[in-house]
Parts: sequence; C-alpha cells; structure tokens
Amino acid sequence: MTINAQNKSYSSPALEFKSTMFSVPVLGVASDDLVLIEQLLNEKIKLAPEFFKHSPVILDFQEVNKKQLTIAIEAVVAVIRKAGLFAVGVRGGSDLQHQQAIELGIAVTANTEIKAELPKTPKIITAPKDDAQASDDSTTVLITKPIRSGQRIYSHGDLIVLAQVGAGAEILAEGNIHVYGTLRGRALAGVQGNAEARIFCSDLQAELISIAGHYKISDDIQGAISNTPIQIYLQKNALVIKPIA
Amino acid sequence: MARIIVVTSGKGGVGKTTTSAAISMGLAKKGHKTVVIDFDVGLRNLDLIMGCERRVVYDIINVINEEASLNQALIKDKNCNLLSILPASQTRNKDALTQEGVGKILEELSKEFKYIVCDSPAGIEQGAHLAMYFADDAFIVTNPEVSSVRDSDRILGLLSSKSQRAEKNEEPIKEYLILTRYAPERVKSGEMLSLDDVQDILSLDLLGVIPESKSVLTASNSGNPVILDEKSDAGQAYGDIVARYLGETRPHRFIEGKKGLFRKLFGGG
Repeated sequence: MTINAQNKSYSSPALEFKSTMFSVPVLGVASDDLVLIEQLLNEKIKLAPEFFKHSPVILDFQEVNKKQLTIAIEAVVAVIRKAGLFAVGVRGGSDLQHQQAIELGIAVTANTEIKAELPKTPKIITAPKDDAQASDDSTTVLITKPIRSGQRIYSHGDLIVLAQVGAGAEILAEGNIHVYGTLRGRALAGVQGNAEARIFCSDLQAELISIAGHYKISDDIQGAISNTPIQIYLQKNALVIKPIA
Repeated sequence: MARIIVVTSGKGGVGKTTTSAAISMGLAKKGHKTVVIDFDVGLRNLDLIMGCERRVVYDIINVINEEASLNQALIKDKNCNLLSILPASQTRNKDALTQEGVGKILEELSKEFKYIVCDSPAGIEQGAHLAMYFADDAFIVTNPEVSSVRDSDRILGLLSSKSQRAEKNEEPIKEYLILTRYAPERVKSGEMLSLDDVQDILSLDLLGVIPESKSVLTASNSGNPVILDEKSDAGQAYGDIVARYLGETRPHRFIEGKKGLFRKLFGGG
C-alpha cells in the first residue's frame, strides 16, 4: 500500500491549518551599505554556522528608514540569500519597500513585537464567547467563585482564581495564572507567547496545563504531587512542575 | 413577589421531576400557594408523577400561543388545593417555548403564587435554558456518580452566566444541592461517590440527601409525590429539604448507613 493510499484510507483532509509558535530571528538593517551588511552578516554566521544554516529571517527596516536612508529590498534579499539565509518577512519598511517585498514573494509582517506576529490559536482569538468572561484591559482578573465545567475565562494580564476550576473549564491568561482552589480543568498561561509566565496552584489535578504553547495533559502530569502547592514554569522549552517549598 | 425555583441537573434520569413534584407538594402542604411548571415539552412526565394526566386540557404552549388563558391551563392538585400544575405539551418540541412567552407566564403567575417551581428538562438547550433563565433559586439534582456531577457543574456555569440575573448583573441565583439516589452502603464499598466527593467538586449549599428508595418508584407509578409517603425515608428526606429551604434547621440524615437512633442523630450532620 502506498503512503497516498494509506492517507486516503484514513480519510485525512488534504489540507489542514495548524497554528504553531516558533521563533524567527529578526535582522535589523541599520545601514544602506550593502558591502558592510554582507561583511557583518558573514561574521555573525561564522559564530554559529549550524544555527543560521537555511534559517528563515525577518528583515526589519525600521532603523534604516529612521536614518532616512534608502535601500532596495531586492539588493538586501540577494545578500541574505548569498549568506545562506532565507528572508521570509519584512517589517518596519515604507509602503514602497513593503510593495517590493510582496513582489519578491516575501511576506509583510506586523510592525510590532514578535509576540504579535506569532500565530494565535483560533481558540484564543475567539476568546470571549457566550459564557466566557473577559477583561478589556491588561490588568489582573480576579475570580472569587468556582469556575464551572464549560466556562472559559480569559485574562489579558494575570488571572487569579480564589476558588476551584472544574473539570471541563478552561482558564487562559496572557500572564501568570494563580489558582487557590483545586485545578481540575485546563489552565493556559502566557497564551500570547510569554514564556516567562507561570502557573501556581494549591492542588494540581488539571486536564491540561500550558505555558506559551508548551503543554502537558493529565496523563503526563499524573506523577506530579497532588494536594501540594506547586508552580509550573518553562525551562528550556520543557514544562517543570515543582512544589513550592 | 413570588420566588422562582428551577429544579435542574443537566443529566437526565437523576430525579428532577420527582424532586419538583415532591418539593412543590411540600411547599403547598406548608401553606404556601405553589405552582409547578413542566418545561419538558415533548416528553412531559410531571403530570404522571402528580397523578393529573387525565385532567390535562391545555398546556404551557397553548398559553404561550394565546390559545388558552393561564387559568384554563392550570390544574389544581387533587391532594392539596394550594398547589397547581402547568403541564407541558406532548405534541410539540422545545422550540415552541419562547423567552417572551415564558417571561409573561411567570410574571402573571408571580401575582398569584408564592412559589413557582420550574421542572427543567435534561440537557442545556432551549427548554432547560428557559426553565432556569428567570430563576431566583436553583435546586441542582445530582446523583453520586461522575457524569452527573460533571453535568451539574456545567449547569452551574450556565446559571451564573446565562440567566436573567446574570445578564442584568443582579444578585446571582442561589444554588442548592440535592443529592439523590444515595446509598451509604455502596459509598462505603467504593461503588458510589460520597457526599464529600460530590461537594469537593460542586461545593454548594446542601439542601438534603435523598436515599435510594423503593418508595420513589412506587410513588411515581401511583401518581402521588413521594413526599406524601411520610413513612418512607425518601418522603421524609424531601420533607426535610422543604423545611430547610423555608429556613428551618434540621440535621442531615441518610448520609451514613443504618445506625442506632443515637448515632443517627449525632452522626453525619
């Protein structure tokens, strides 16, 4: 049986959009001197050739434009290619530069911090729906009553829950999550990519915990100590569950 | 002003209708003018439990569609003249219930009755939603098993977000737990969740525990709310629940297995 036939027999869709988060280096261009750019770039690559090998980069023209220097995107892209990198995006350029980028088949990304460029999961975009409660600003959200199965709470900052979070409930925060009751539902901290976010809870029985997209389901957590105050944080892209000493 | 009580659970078959019949009868027997409404349009059962199925002429959908007046549709209970029943329609489905229509009926009933008991259908759709929407108090009927407890948790979430009180930002619905079909022996042997297990998840104000009892089935089949069977433990348990709801303090019973009288009184309170 060929792979194709196998795929068909499982009736998997031909296309599927998935949202994942990964980091892309941003190359800030601050000069219009292409020779200098090439020289500096090669010096950098020499430091970590494996890391930069075929790496995608986003070009940031904010600095060079601030200095009122004109630079052709096409020329910069050629230098990048020569160095073995792939320009996948442009930001901070003028309208003309963005137009040039699109003609070259390079995406124009938002001119803000990286985290805004990271794909958001659809769940998060549609956050305040029906029985979800959400705050409008980035301040801490405080919940004093139990969060019941089927409820969703979203906080643009930290989220503090003084009661329990029921199985089938979902709490999301762009910052840290603190649960002073039993955590049985899903808790997702740093949902916009903040890897520094942490989850604190007094009794961990969660269905799922996640920080900045790195998650563990209850089967993986089971070994962890329940009924003890714990904290969860991200260390080298791995979730660490530790009792609070 | 009438107090609107919704008897709900999410899950089916846990004893909502039995409880609605029992507590509405209990409230009426205590001298309060009470009406019990069946919201289970299409699967009506309350009339059977109340023993008035032969006297149904008009139903709640007829009233909503203005084909009959409220007084034409209300059935006076045969045991207690302070109790009325508003039956559901058997030939329609839940979409026939409208928020406006239900609101109007409840407003009109509020003028005449002290307590309005809404017997919610299972599920979280239109029927269940409208049964709870206007409520002041919610009696959450739960069986000591995981799926029932989770469904109750879900219903509690909806009560706190999709009710009129929640939408108008008023004082939230007061939520009470009624744990039904409780068998202390089976709890002890680990087959059934204990009251503590259930409360661990729901953490509600406990109104009472109804023991698993043959008298419930007998009462349902004969069309007499089980609360009228004062000799049965389930009947007594419902009596306690009504009394507690009305503000009396009564020790909880039927939580522990069969014991001597002394330990019963001082045991699982």
